[in-house]
Amino acid sequence: MGDVLIFAEHQGGHFPKSTLTAVHAGLELAKKRGGKAVAVVAGDAPEAAAGEIAKYGVAKVIALAHPALKNYLADAHAQALAALAKKEGAEFVMATATAMGKDLFPRLAARLGAGMASEITAINDDQTFVRPTYAGNVMATVEIDGPIKVLTVRGTAFDAAKPGDGAAPVEKQNAEIDAGALKMEFVSFNATKSDRPQLTEARIIVSGGRGLKAGENFKAVLEPLVDELGAAMGASRAAVDAGFVPNDLQVGQTGKVVAPELYIAVGISGAIQHLAGMKDSKVICAINKDEEAPIFAVADYGLVADLFKAVPEITEEIKKLKHS
Amino acid sequence: MKILVPIKRVPDPATTIRVLPDGTGIATDNVKWVINPFCEIAIEEALRIKEKQTGEVILVTVGQSTWQEQLRTGLAMGADRAILVKTDAALDSLAIAKILAKIAGDEKPDLIILGKQAIDDDANQVGQMVAEMLGWPQATFASKIEIAADKISVMREVDGGLETIAFKIPAVITADLRLNEPRYASLPGIMKARKKELKEIAADSLGVDLAPKLKVKTLAAPPKRQGGRKVASAQEMVSLLHTEAKVI
Repeated sequence: MGDVLIFAEHQGGHFPKSTLTAVHAGLELAKKRGGKAVAVVAGDAPEAAAGEIAKYGVAKVIALAHPALKNYLADAHAQALAALAKKEGAEFVMATATAMGKDLFPRLAARLGAGMASEITAINDDQTFVRPTYAGNVMATVEIDGPIKVLTVRGTAFDAAKPGDGAAPVEKQNAEIDAGALKMEFVSFNATKSDRPQLTEARIIVSGGRGLKAGENFKAVLEPLVDELGAAMGASRAAVDAGFVPNDLQVGQTGKVVAPELYIAVGISGAIQHLAGMKDSKVICAINKDEEAPIFAVADYGLVADLFKAVPEITEEIKKLKHS
Repeated sequence: MKILVPIKRVPDPATTIRVLPDGTGIATDNVKWVINPFCEIAIEEALRIKEKQTGEVILVTVGQSTWQEQLRTGLAMGADRAILVKTDAALDSLAIAKILAKIAGDEKPDLIILGKQAIDDDANQVGQMVAEMLGWPQATFASKIEIAADKISVMREVDGGLETIAFKIPAVITADLRLNEPRYASLPGIMKARKKELKEIAADSLGVDLAPKLKVKTLAAPPKRQGGRKVASAQEMVSLLHTEAKVI
């Protein structure tokens, strides 16, 4: 009892920070429940990646191999992980609530007949978990019944696990998959091309909203500031819906949830669903010409100004600071 | 094509949500109830598919008698008939998915299209769970659906880009924001909706284990963030970020 199976999502053998937060949460949960934390890396040849995650404090890593696990597809992965969770006698199966975690884990829970808590932000001592609901306006304390429990964690709520001196043993297992039951086919993946950091990995994020008025203003006005800071670029839903920027830049309840050290909101009014995606940032700055904009209520530093004038000035000031 | 669209009743997204002092729920006085926005997108997509190739759009929801209002709104948008699975119990996603899988077993739709998540519990679970229970393929977070003969390709919004997957019907698809812009119900649509079939089924009569595995113990407001400080200029902002916040 108490053993935690952590699905360690990798991107071509590399583990993003979001995965390391699940590892951290898994270690915390295993410690609180008196069990051991086991990481699982799935793929057609997952051994090398498994060796990498073995350095992060887990008791064991399982390299779960099968040709059907080459490209991520929900049906094959759910089959393989459900069989493994049962075989290992895990009490908890967990992952980070990335696009993949969100897609896979409910399917996995259904296959296991297990209850599931999505995007937990805290692990309590009394067998309960905390998770945000109503766009983060209500925190629910929940409990899962049953011998096996499924969880996803909100990446911004936990620290990333750190590598230690040693490495856990890696055990290769062939995944149990009924290939005849697989009905999904991977066609293609179009990566958004960007030299900037990813939103969920960045230390600083500069986001633009409807106030920017046009897509070309993201380039002309926002990008110089983004690049001066080495930041990631984000956007409000309004800006994405207006077609100013691609949708994977959306920060909010239904987009990316972020918590960087510094979040600069430019021309964003601060709708409930946007605040849900960024209000846990360490420092928040807001630039908006409407002094009544709700974004100012959560901003540590608010500047009521025309962004087309203020943003270039801020960029210029930061340049000066760097060269002073 | 026969399409089943499960929907949920939620507070209007513009509502300010307050937790009851005893933590047992949210204050519902002055709450306007609407169809979950992602469910509206699912209804719209089902209607567009039907309009292109004929078929039937069936709405289903699991809730109290009052949830009829949202089913009627969906019928007014153009759905053909609706099913209300009646229960007063607080069900978890797993129980809802079991009910929907049972309904799908009876109705035998070619597609189930639903919202990717409800904006009340933000769970994002039901579509994936139903797909597994039925042994069907799933495409969550759909931003584009293309149907050619019996083969469907779906473009999905995932981390770092857009993924396309393909499968044959029957299948489950969950709608993301960019899939479409839902229509409003027209006046003739509203008139017609009154005469459309709305069947009620008692949840208890389905022979499904409804005991929730995920239980909500208490609700609380999140810690308030101390904000609201204004600065006078771009210079002051940068200076404070450097010297006080020490983040640049």
